[in-house]
Amino acid sequence: MSVLAAPNLRVEASDGRATVRLSGALLTEFLADMEAPLAQAAPPEKLVDIDLSPLTAFDTGGAWLVSQLRRRLQAQGAEVQITGAADHLALLETVATATPEETPHELPEHGRWEWVANIGRKLVSGWGDALSLVSFLGQTLAGLADVIVRPHKVRWASLFTHMQDVGFNAVPIVALMGFLIGVVLGFQGASQLQQFGAEVFVVELIGISVLRELGILLTAIIVAGRSGSAFTASVGSMKVQQEIDAMQTLGLDPVRVLVVPRVLALLIMLPLLGFVANLFGLFGGALMSWVSLDVNPGMFLTRLHDNIAVKHLLVGMVKAPFFALVIGVVACWQAFQVKGSSTSVGQRTTSSVVQGIFLVIALDALFSIFFAQLGV
Amino acid sequence: MTDTPERDAIIKVRGLRNQFGPQVVHDNLDLDVWRGEVLGIVGGSGTGKSVLLRTIVGLNKPAAGTIEVLGTNVLTAPEEERRRVETRWGVAFQDGALFSSLTVLQNVMAPMREHLKLSSNLMTDLGALKISLVGLPQLACDKLPSELSGGMRKRAALARALALDPQIVFLDEPTAGLDPVGAAAYDDLIGELQRSLGITVFMVTHDLDSLYAICDRIAVLAEKRVLVEGPIETMTDVDHPWVQEYFTGPRARAAQVKGIGGT
Repeated sequence: MSVLAAPNLRVEASDGRATVRLSGALLTEFLADMEAPLAQAAPPEKLVDIDLSPLTAFDTGGAWLVSQLRRRLQAQGAEVQITGAADHLALLETVATATPEETPHELPEHGRWEWVANIGRKLVSGWGDALSLVSFLGQTLAGLADVIVRPHKVRWASLFTHMQDVGFNAVPIVALMGFLIGVVLGFQGASQLQQFGAEVFVVELIGISVLRELGILLTAIIVAGRSGSAFTASVGSMKVQQEIDAMQTLGLDPVRVLVVPRVLALLIMLPLLGFVANLFGLFGGALMSWVSLDVNPGMFLTRLHDNIAVKHLLVGMVKAPFFALVIGVVACWQAFQVKGSSTSVGQRTTSSVVQGIFLVIALDALFSIFFAQLGV
Repeated sequence: MTDTPERDAIIKVRGLRNQFGPQVVHDNLDLDVWRGEVLGIVGGSGTGKSVLLRTIVGLNKPAAGTIEVLGTNVLTAPEEERRRVETRWGVAFQDGALFSSLTVLQNVMAPMREHLKLSSNLMTDLGALKISLVGLPQLACDKLPSELSGGMRKRAALARALALDPQIVFLDEPTAGLDPVGAAAYDDLIGELQRSLGITVFMVTHDLDSLYAICDRIAVLAEKRVLVEGPIETMTDVDHPWVQEYFTGPRARAAQVKGIGGT
């Protein structure tokens, strides 16, 4: 198309009057080529004409460039007159009036001590988050207590849906995980214990580590990844869609409607899932002991029965409700922190899983110290 | 608009057929959009106004028919040519559809980054100019879409649609969800931009006030095609129950009074 010939600029001067003549198509797509020539166009004369009449096409980008030129020449004390087609002049005026005085700076300022300020900001916001999380935990506990004292207030439909989601649907993955942990422990234990001729202690190794620690801890980690993320994403989207605001205006307490059934479902299902993981862990361990150590299942069972006290199972199971509470409360709290957009939902879901898993492991460490002190 | 005999069709739709499963939305639909006009598309719910818009801009593949935009058949043109045409139009979606992780300024600069080879400073300046053209304060530049009100989001979406200085702007329900004052201001803005930038506006709307205030021509979608098109004054003469009800109902009369009073 001949209309879209690249723009051109000519400066002519005659007896104290300069003329800047623009021709071709002064469009945004050609601006990069025109920026430098226009910026350099600095006729020393006090009277400058800008002639737009040879232009074949003109758009807001071009108009912006011309208005910048006019502004600059005027700042140098020149008197500027612009001539050209009527619609081009009208566009120029529209753009000139709309052009903001100063353009925004896109990058944030980098001070020298910015990082110190950042540490401070992080600390303050971290403290604020911790307080908010504790207060949320309190609200959830109050909601749970209310439901336990007055069971008719339980939202059964919601509770059962969540129990199915977090519990029943997670059985295959949790069972498989437990089985594999048992297999790994059996195999590693076998190769180490064989060196001392103490193969038969593999039963204690598997029994204690699975029942006390691994079964429940790994189940909690899987549930934090599986259900914690789902809680944050679904409740967070509801927050974005203003559903939570709507609930409040209807006189429904979002904590009791959304959080309590989810946390309650976790409280019921996580111990059960942990138990499933324990069973499959022992099963995997027994299988591996049989295959690689010739400890037959009968022997395994007898030794398990004689040497592993029930307290190991109980120590493990006691932790489950605490893990469930931590996972549920962190996930729902993160969901309530969602602000505005869907990007925020994604960020909060990530934080929910990371914090959930971290807190579960930290809590497990605390329990270890606690039980060690108690001597159980 | 004066009735110049030789008008230049910037969009030409012929024999368009859109079908979702057994449901036929458009059948043998013809439509011309003239260069430099503001065309308002109206029709009852489910008559496929938004589908028509989406089909023209290539978001929905029609079952049959041809669509010519700026002389290019956008359905059959090779990829590269299609891209070239796409830079010549801008679309403002109903709720803005701004990229939520980018600031308003970055949103406006996004198409420039993609299609133009300009320096970063120049793009920032042009982006700020577009934002100011649609009547947003410069403070809005560094805000995220979620921090804006509905009306501001619509304006920001318009700024993004104008980023590449398009010849055609598609607007989907531009005034839906705005208060009457905000809607009137938005109408004025579109009218003003259309005059000063010389763009063609294709607008799907329900807003009778907009139709009276800024549309040069109306196309009514009914019975799977463009039932009738023409200036709004001619609409009251159309002998079709929906059109009659729409353009002579109490709301239409109120809008008519306002529209005449405003001009």
